[in-house]
Amino acid sequence: MVAGLITADLHFNSLDRTRALLDTLVTPVYWVADIPSRLSQWQETHIVSRGTLQEDNERLRRENLILEGRTQQMASLQAENIRLRALLNSTALLRDDVLVAELIGVSPDPVRQQVVLNKGAGEGVYVGQPLIDADGLMGQVVEVSAFTSRVLLITDVTHAIPVQVNRNGVRAIAEGTGSLAALEVHHVSATTDIREGDLLVSSGLGGRFPVGYPVAIVTSVERDPGHAFARIRAQPTAALDRSRHVLLVFTAAQGEG
Amino acid sequence: MVEGGAHGYWVVLASLFTAAVLAVIPLPAWLVWGRPEWIALVLVYWCIALPHRVGVVVAVFAGMAMDLLEGAVLGQNTFALAVLALLSVALYQRLRVFSLWQQSGIVFLLIGIHQLICQWVQNLEGVGARSLLFLLPALTSALLWPLVLHTLRGLRRHYRVA
Repeated sequence: MVAGLITADLHFNSLDRTRALLDTLVTPVYWVADIPSRLSQWQETHIVSRGTLQEDNERLRRENLILEGRTQQMASLQAENIRLRALLNSTALLRDDVLVAELIGVSPDPVRQQVVLNKGAGEGVYVGQPLIDADGLMGQVVEVSAFTSRVLLITDVTHAIPVQVNRNGVRAIAEGTGSLAALEVHHVSATTDIREGDLLVSSGLGGRFPVGYPVAIVTSVERDPGHAFARIRAQPTAALDRSRHVLLVFTAAQGEG
Repeated sequence: MVEGGAHGYWVVLASLFTAAVLAVIPLPAWLVWGRPEWIALVLVYWCIALPHRVGVVVAVFAGMAMDLLEGAVLGQNTFALAVLALLSVALYQRLRVFSLWQQSGIVFLLIGIHQLICQWVQNLEGVGARSLLFLLPALTSALLWPLVLHTLRGLRRHYRVA
């Protein structure tokens, strides 16, 4: 019986619906396990000295001013971008809608890099939906139940993401290593122009991830004459092990799903 | 008798639920490989204490819940915990007369077997561990066995679960 179950879940998709339903049933466990971190968060927000609040307020005002200053030119730049794209006969880039979600659990199994979010099918989350935080791409949704969803992080060993070098547009595939701090870029020939410190952004090829979100920064490039390809490691820009508030992106093509 | 039985089951379920919560509670990064197998520990205790009531069937349901919680292949923990329960129910008469540390030794073996089965299924899926670190929970669980035993025994006597 168990062998049948393992085979069915591993090789066919027929159990997806059942899984979604059963996942909803075990949700309370995640809610209870999340209580300590919610308490500490509550404590952080409610038991703060006046001085700290004032400092925070001051700092946020300054940040806001800087960000506003930077966005002043956004509107005209965007319009210009759309005009130029129209000239090139390519489709206009649409701004993506996002949904703020909170992380309520981390996969307890160290061989799996997955997190659980507090938004599910009820809020329109769908399988394959990309997840970002303030600094970059985090992963994609792999399971949706009624109130929660499970996200596979980009560093999971079973995950790969198409990227390109922001500096020159060289395309590659970044695969997870199972460690939260590293991605590996595979099958890049030794002569390709890719350097330490290069920013890798999502290339949008494959149609799953939207274009242009930062993914990782190249930390080391080894060119060994004995190997056909360069050995490239990169560090994810997103705070995969620290972010609590994350954004689910509704891409224009799949938003109805 | 029937009422007492229902009452007893409530304690078993509550302890399993607590174990499940402990099993998914976030741990610091240096501890993740050593996370004790709480569900397995609690299950072994109940199999030894109430072999006529808790056995493979309870293990299968607890295992299913763990598979869902871990996002594992359905069947990984189910299989591992069912084997664990089967062995504990078969060994309960011997285990009851063992000293605490002898019991810990057996728990180490049982949970080691549990980990091996989990590892085996994970390798089918292609995500298995690349080192022997996956056996670490067997050690941490064995060290925690006296604590689990005393807590659950206290609960069982307090609520007169039989």
